[in-house]
Amino acid sequence: MPNLDAAFSAMADPTRRAILARLALGEATVMELAEPYEMTQPAISRHLKVLEGAGLIVRRAEGTKRPCRLAPSAISEIDQWLDVLRQALSKNYDRLDDVLAGMKPKKRKARR
Amino acid sequence: MSKLTLKTEGDRHVVVTRRFAASPEAVFRAHTEPKVIQKWMLGPDGWSMPVCVNDLRPGGKFRYEWSDGKGKGFHITGEFLELTPFSRIVHVERMHLPDPTPDNHIVTTFEKEGSGTLMTMRMTLPDAASRAAMLATGMEHGMEASYVRLESLA
Repeated sequence: MPNLDAAFSAMADPTRRAILARLALGEATVMELAEPYEMTQPAISRHLKVLEGAGLIVRRAEGTKRPCRLAPSAISEIDQWLDVLRQALSKNYDRLDDVLAGMKPKKRKARR
Repeated sequence: MSKLTLKTEGDRHVVVTRRFAASPEAVFRAHTEPKVIQKWMLGPDGWSMPVCVNDLRPGGKFRYEWSDGKGKGFHITGEFLELTPFSRIVHVERMHLPDPTPDNHIVTTFEKEGSGTLMTMRMTLPDAASRAAMLATGMEHGMEASYVRLESLA
């Protein structure tokens, strides 16, 4: 079970969230993770260290590669992302319900 | 009103549906007229949309900017590919964070359903990794609210 404070502070960074999102698709090496970013491998490695320290990823030894994958406990965090996104969108659409309720129906002909 | 649904589909798609108690025309206008968009497409409480410009024709560009009122913000830019009043919008968009994210191709349809409207928004990302990154960055907005929720649980 990851430390919740460490996990949330690790996830407060957009690059680290993107790394987790990538790892949700399967195991990856530092080189593969660095590819989409204009970041050096040492910079990515520092992010990985934070994620590892927070218990969100695990790494295994395979020569010098040490591929990373999501820790099982991180998977439920990722699942929650969709919920957060749902909630953010829901808030917008609840607001839209109010806007629509206040809109006067316009005849097509009356449209500018 | 029935709730929002948000699902991933295949490797590259995200599909959102929502029903509204208004005509397709009203819902379409709420998605295209800047003055109306600025009233609701705001994200968490406290955020506003100071810039909302769009050129509503195929090939026309748009730019939407959000601000939290405390100096933080981001914007999206995009182009309309197809606008069929009052049933269908096809556009591409990208977020600038400040580097642009991969293009998100979005087809939004508004279908009459009883006295209301079913809206379906189907997003297509270039590949699975871009979709994952989009879901990760898309929640940036909701993050602050979820921290507040977390604090209230502690």
